[in-house]
Amino acid sequence: MRGRRFRYSALTLVSGAMLGALLALAVRAQDSTALPEPHGDVLSIGGSVTEIVAALGQQHRLKARDTTSSYPPEVAYLPDVGYMRSLSPEGVLSVGPSLILSEEGAGPPEALEVIRAADVTFVEVPDALTPDGILRKIDIIGAALGVPDKADALAAEVAAALSAALADAERPEGDKKRVLFVLSTQGGKINASGTGTAADALIRMAGGVNAISEFDGYKQITDEAVGLAAPDVILMMDRGGDHGVADDDLFALPAIRLTPAAQTRSVVRLDGLLMLGFGPRTAEAVRLLNDALYARNS
Amino acid sequence: MTAIPDTATLPRDRLSRARSLHWVLAGGLALACIASLQIGATDVTLFAMLAKLAQGEPLSHMERVVLFDIRLPRLAMGVLVGAALAVSGAAMQGLFRNPLADPGIVGVGAGAGLGAILAIVLGTLLPVWMIDRIGNQMVPVAAFLGGWGSTILLYRVSTRQGQTSVATMLLAGIALGALAGALSGILVYIADDQQLRDLTFWGLGSLAGASWAKVLSAGPLILLSIGGALMLGRGLNGLALGEATAAHIGIHVQRLKSVAILAVAGATGAAVAVSGGIGFIGIVVPHLLRLASGPDHRTLLLNSALLGATLLILADVIARVVIAPAELPIGIVTAVLGAPVFLWILLRRRGLVEP
Repeated sequence: MRGRRFRYSALTLVSGAMLGALLALAVRAQDSTALPEPHGDVLSIGGSVTEIVAALGQQHRLKARDTTSSYPPEVAYLPDVGYMRSLSPEGVLSVGPSLILSEEGAGPPEALEVIRAADVTFVEVPDALTPDGILRKIDIIGAALGVPDKADALAAEVAAALSAALADAERPEGDKKRVLFVLSTQGGKINASGTGTAADALIRMAGGVNAISEFDGYKQITDEAVGLAAPDVILMMDRGGDHGVADDDLFALPAIRLTPAAQTRSVVRLDGLLMLGFGPRTAEAVRLLNDALYARNS
Repeated sequence: MTAIPDTATLPRDRLSRARSLHWVLAGGLALACIASLQIGATDVTLFAMLAKLAQGEPLSHMERVVLFDIRLPRLAMGVLVGAALAVSGAAMQGLFRNPLADPGIVGVGAGAGLGAILAIVLGTLLPVWMIDRIGNQMVPVAAFLGGWGSTILLYRVSTRQGQTSVATMLLAGIALGALAGALSGILVYIADDQQLRDLTFWGLGSLAGASWAKVLSAGPLILLSIGGALMLGRGLNGLALGEATAAHIGIHVQRLKSVAILAVAGATGAAVAVSGGIGFIGIVVPHLLRLASGPDHRTLLLNSALLGATLLILADVIARVVIAPAELPIGIVTAVLGAPVFLWILLRRRGLVEP
């Protein structure tokens, strides 16, 4: 019996996931009603892609979305085809799309093969962590939707807003605050962003310095490394309600307690998709973060 | 004292009951197959299409894709994987003379998991031409090699002078499982977010990636292995009396062990490779059947194959419609159905685990 437990640590995972799935079922059961749109035929996969479709005024053509598409809020009423890397071919076909706009990395490959075989146009929108990348996304989506003029207008608008926001956020090197992006504080362990992430890119665009430059991607780091990183400000995702960590709890964490950020109680919370989506609202995110970093106490 | 069971006729009754169960289960499987082709996220149904064909109307492109490229390969894979897992479970329980053994006991699960994680996390480090060539097939191939390799290793470790020690195999399996778990842990640590999500989904299993290519690559090995396992019925019955007794009544115990282990490694390794980790089928199915028709392996193995295939297909139907158009990983469905049944078995047969 003891052996079973060892070999089947996966079993724990499965039972945990089972509970999660039941919760997910309860939540998803609510969004089964779709907006009736006779001429809509687009499936949008990826939060920023959906945002761009809506910003182009083509939201009425959306027929379904993926789990990460949460803005604008009305898209929550669309059927959800699930997580973009584990799409079900029949589920995707059942929403009757003639065009699928997808962020880079949708899958699995077998599902995409079948979907393409069913005469559905599949357009992949490359990921981007730069202003130019956002404009390219808009360009590709506008072309795929057959509204290049609107795309040009939106791109010009976004480009102007971004360059203005970036210019305003620009600061002399010595004056930049060190920002630590904390993805989660599960069990008192800090999961923070290194370089090469959307969080890292946004921090730099908003005139800050990523407090961590030792590794790529999001990783759990030790308490001492947080102390060494000496962040002036903690940046987190705003999970709304009581799901986020309260300020008192955050600054009481041993890892955070000794940082400059804890002394000034500086924490910034922004909506995850707004901050990390790199879509039409990124200029807004840059401004919000820059204001939060410097407006009050510099 | 009057109610002494008629020992001469009881086993025969059981045997005939188990044999007639073959037909019931085969019927159930056929119904499940029809349901699997009939029900899905789209409103394409088998009956509507048959009606169309009967009237000589051509099928639409969409209907052909849904039926022939999505549901049929998925059904075929469900039958193969379900039968493979259930037969492997029954064979392992017979071989280890432990009703709680399942295919994972010979290290297939841990090894396949390690292989899959290696491919997902380190696959991107391969040269580009290799990724282009084998990219899509990398995870299944690595999972199969990992599962098969760890079983063979375990088998070699516990075999000395031509004798395989079941006890050594059990203990070495724990050690090997812990080692594979630790290596997997290291890889999980260096994985990025996307890879972690891929890992989680792989671990929960799914038939959503079913394709004819996968069916054709895993099918022959699974069928061969199931065929091999189905011939072990008499031997496993003898083994239930103990290894020495089995040898005395003329059973070639060592050959029995080799065939059982190779068959389980082949069937489960190939099944896990194409569908990810799907739990509980291997334990629950043989137990349900033992409760229904007794422990005779001559019928238990075939019945397990039939019921395993049926349950996995039904679980897959549930997985694909319950949150349509999205889809649950099938491992969640089998666990939701399987865990309570497993607990019930544990409680009912507490005597077996707590002597």
